[in-house]
Amino acid sequence: MTSGIAAQGPYFLAASPLPAEGIAQHAWLLIALPAFGAAVLLLGGRRTNAWGHLLGCATVLAAFGYGLALFLSAGAFGEAARVRELSLFSWIPVNALQVDFGLRLDPLSLVFVLLVTGVGALIHIYSIGYMAHDPNRRKFFAYLNLFVAAMLLLVLGNSFVSLYFGWEGVGLASYLLIAFWHHRPAAATAAKKAFLMNRVGDVGLALAIFIMFAQLGTTQYTEVFARAGEFSSAQLVALTLLILLGAAGKSGQFPLQAWLPDAMEGPTPVSALIHAATMVTAGVYLIARANPIYNLTADGRLAVMAIGAITLLLGAIIGCAYDDFKKVLAYSTVSQIGYMILAVGLGPFGYALGIMHLLTHGFFKAGLFLGAGSVMHGMNDEGNIRRLGGLWRYMPITFATWGLAYLALIGFPGLSGFFSKDAIIEAAFGQAGWRGWVFGGAALLGAGITAFYMTRLMLMVFFGKERWRELRTEDGREYHPHESPLVMTVPMILLALGSVGAGFFFAQGHRLTGYLAPSLGGLQEAHGPLPALAITGLTITLVALGALVAWLVVGRRPVPVERPERVSLPVRAARADLYANAVNETLVARTGTWLARALVFLDNRGVDGLVNGIAALLGGSSSRLRRLQTGFVRSYALSMLGGSVLVIAALMVVRFA
Amino acid sequence: MLTVVVFLPVVAGVLLLATPRLPDAVLRWCLVAVTAVELVLVMVLWADFPGAAGYRFEARVPWMPSIGVSYHVGLDGLALPLVAMTAVLFLACAVYSLRETRRVRAYVALLLFLETTAVGLFAALDLILFFLFFDLSIVGMYFVIAGWGHRDHRRAALQFFLYTFIGSLALLLGFIGLYLAADPHTFDIADLTASRPLDGAPLAGALVLLAVTVGLAIKTPLVPFHTWLPPAHTEAPAAGSALLAGVLLKMGTYGFVRIAMPVLPAAWRQYTVVFVVVGVVSVLYGALVALAQTDFKRMIAYTSVNHMGYIALAIGTAGIIAGNDAQARQLAVTGAVTQMVSHGLITGALFLLAGVFYDRARTYDMSSYSGLAGTAPRFAGLTAVGAFASLGLPGFSGFIAEFQIFTGSLGAQPVATALAVLGILVTAALFLLALQRVFLGQQRLPAYVPTFGDLRVAEFVAVAPLLSLALLIGVLPRFLLDTIERGAGAVVELVAR
Repeated sequence: MTSGIAAQGPYFLAASPLPAEGIAQHAWLLIALPAFGAAVLLLGGRRTNAWGHLLGCATVLAAFGYGLALFLSAGAFGEAARVRELSLFSWIPVNALQVDFGLRLDPLSLVFVLLVTGVGALIHIYSIGYMAHDPNRRKFFAYLNLFVAAMLLLVLGNSFVSLYFGWEGVGLASYLLIAFWHHRPAAATAAKKAFLMNRVGDVGLALAIFIMFAQLGTTQYTEVFARAGEFSSAQLVALTLLILLGAAGKSGQFPLQAWLPDAMEGPTPVSALIHAATMVTAGVYLIARANPIYNLTADGRLAVMAIGAITLLLGAIIGCAYDDFKKVLAYSTVSQIGYMILAVGLGPFGYALGIMHLLTHGFFKAGLFLGAGSVMHGMNDEGNIRRLGGLWRYMPITFATWGLAYLALIGFPGLSGFFSKDAIIEAAFGQAGWRGWVFGGAALLGAGITAFYMTRLMLMVFFGKERWRELRTEDGREYHPHESPLVMTVPMILLALGSVGAGFFFAQGHRLTGYLAPSLGGLQEAHGPLPALAITGLTITLVALGALVAWLVVGRRPVPVERPERVSLPVRAARADLYANAVNETLVARTGTWLARALVFLDNRGVDGLVNGIAALLGGSSSRLRRLQTGFVRSYALSMLGGSVLVIAALMVVRFA
Repeated sequence: MLTVVVFLPVVAGVLLLATPRLPDAVLRWCLVAVTAVELVLVMVLWADFPGAAGYRFEARVPWMPSIGVSYHVGLDGLALPLVAMTAVLFLACAVYSLRETRRVRAYVALLLFLETTAVGLFAALDLILFFLFFDLSIVGMYFVIAGWGHRDHRRAALQFFLYTFIGSLALLLGFIGLYLAADPHTFDIADLTASRPLDGAPLAGALVLLAVTVGLAIKTPLVPFHTWLPPAHTEAPAAGSALLAGVLLKMGTYGFVRIAMPVLPAAWRQYTVVFVVVGVVSVLYGALVALAQTDFKRMIAYTSVNHMGYIALAIGTAGIIAGNDAQARQLAVTGAVTQMVSHGLITGALFLLAGVFYDRARTYDMSSYSGLAGTAPRFAGLTAVGAFASLGLPGFSGFIAEFQIFTGSLGAQPVATALAVLGILVTAALFLLALQRVFLGQQRLPAYVPTFGDLRVAEFVAVAPLLSLALLIGVLPRFLLDTIERGAGAVVELVAR
């Protein structure tokens, strides 16, 4: 970390971006390629069935290649990267509201481009195998392409409005993909829930954008950031809280976390790409992107930190209680994004750390999900971990790649998660006063719980007794575990390589944090009461402890196939998602339904009744009103007559008034 | 030229009525041809529309000079987009109606008659002319509902007629008040806009505004004048519903920006908060009541109340001069007119799609269906596109409109706007609930229906262009906004005088 970058502080971003040159002038291709793929596959219909999946992969691979070229042409991690803008066209040009549609090519958006297209391409390739037997595979690839296009729009847009465009676009793609197996009622309900809970967040984000416009008359990043000082302090708090609400919706953060586990109803590649590696981290991107606003209000940052800390603990605790392979991973995602939100809540001390954890998490969580998909693929779609066990000898590649990703997630020294998570814990401890102890402590505790539930998952799936031997599927088939085809294992191997090496690569010589400085300001370091080495030692100890406890609970003793129902109160609470769904149901769903019904009653009895009453009164009696209906001409004549009387009366009133 | 555009449909309709022994198929294709020619003519007008503010294609011929009535038509940036939207929607309905078999000759003539009343109203620059088209559209729609509706259609038609007709009488009352106050007496909108006769008379201005508002609010409809809308829609034939929602409702909102705001600026400024409140109530009330509906068409009908509420909010905000800069007001009014166009396209498409339910299974009850995405994927796909467009997904015209309305309104009315933004949450809930009920899950149909066929060619060709246009406006709205902006700027200036 050079002190020069740090010294320039938050206002570094006020510098106006340079116009895009050379290869960057065609950066719109990044979005256009996958959008083109989606359009061809959706409009082409069944004619594209034979080669649709190949086109889907090709567009994303091409986008990745282009993104990589863009990244390298900008000097990669080497020389000081710059913020460049590519203006495309004037989107909403109404006098005061000039929303220019353009792309912002800066370190922050470029790392996202690489993550989204890179991991996206791997998951596209994996899906060729995973969805091989699905009659609607072509549609699946169309939706995946649509998602990639929307996600790239989200991260590349140069105004809050284009961000919002992509933001809702990924929500749509997420809805379509969760409900992909639309004949399953659970999938349909989960898709609706996901979109609606996201929409709650969207209302917050939308209001924040309206406030920006009302105050500054613009929503372009460059201008908003340069003039962020013009917001009053109340506006700043409102803005930061509303943006946080938006981030909480998209990223499954407290109190809007309940949709994410349900979203696992979608096909597993969807869970890996959208609900683990990319879309759900958009909230982190949003807050990091809005850093010039967050830099100005400590209260806003405190709220972000609190939400992150609450969520990371909540997700980890619930993750301990589930027996569904993908749902444990989903709550793990909730918890890990909690870490990222906590990090970006630290402000200049953590924006870049949040992004670093986001990137390493993208590798290992996508790997964990693809591994889960591979296990389920070989086990007749069995997702209940109590019915698995001892699979390591049947699926060696899946086991090895999953194991490496697992070690990366729990923060095994030297692997990806170790570098990125440890840095967040350290930075959290660096906060002044009680904040350091509370947020650092929460992050530390979370690391221990993470080790527990992930080790539990590992032991129950890959080790222990082969419980599936005595069991049959619901339709009476035996289980014949087998390794997945190459088209699935190769992406898993590549992701495993990322899980191992990415953290060290990013952290070495502050490579990533230095690179991100033009977007996020320089990373500042704070020193809390505990030395860094002590925090690392404590973290490793807690992680080892968590893993040990897991081994004592499920590794040493046989695991019952049926879930024990007589359990302690905390376990019951965790199994019920800590009652988050119950609260949502009561507070929002029931209230909404009740309100709607009450208004319908009012509408039928009150408003319509009143109107009919007046009509009857005017017509003399209701029977006469009914007689009016006997013939059109007569009723028309009568109305005309009545109208004329009214008109003449009115004329007289006006004349003599 | 504009006069040709106004009267071409009705003349063609009369000719078709008068020509004996035309087979039904020829009549139906004639309807398509005439509406297509009409659309081409409107596009020619648009191509010739200049950048400057003010009226174009003006024609003014004395009609009843003794009482200051003239045939005065012209188009500005507010009217032209609505005329274009009308032409598009009529063509779509003509294509959709290629499968109509009942009393085709009368049906074709009636639709062409309605097109003239709609285009004429948007072009009218004289209050009596405006009133005439306003009233004739009601008569035309009465016959469409009564003649081609289903179930309880006669009663619904009469309720529609009585209700909106009473509204039109209130409107006439207001117009007469304006006429009497003007010196010299005139019904000419341009002259009245220039002289604003009632600005010096607060009480008379308030009364006239009240009369005009009641008349237009019933047609729009705004809560609490909306109760005629759901039954009228439920019993109307598909094309009738699409035209009622797409075109006829806009006559109300257009009346506000064309007449109430420019001619009565002082009264508008004074009572503008009423429109903000009524707008917000309509937004939330319409959305929540729609949420509880089980009948697909009734649900769409209530979403119209919701969408019209956004327009009321925007034009209400435009009257708040203090603490609201002119640019924000102009943005709100531009959003309001964009919303009129957008709602016409999207809701028109949704009502045509609703017709598919009745065509296949004679019921709009959503609980009768489930899992239709499996058997009717194109129908499911287009309905989903329409639903997402209607709930304001970016990339569709509705987002552009609502975004402008909200950004324009927030500065002056933060609380009202924040409440109205909640509307986008409820509309999302109601549309997703409907999609889930009807299209997702295991397939189920009413017992008496063996299969549910997917969209036919005519249905698809009618609906898909409407939604494509909504998409085009959502992504590249500039051609539309540039046109509307000038008209909206003029209205904002006129209100602020």
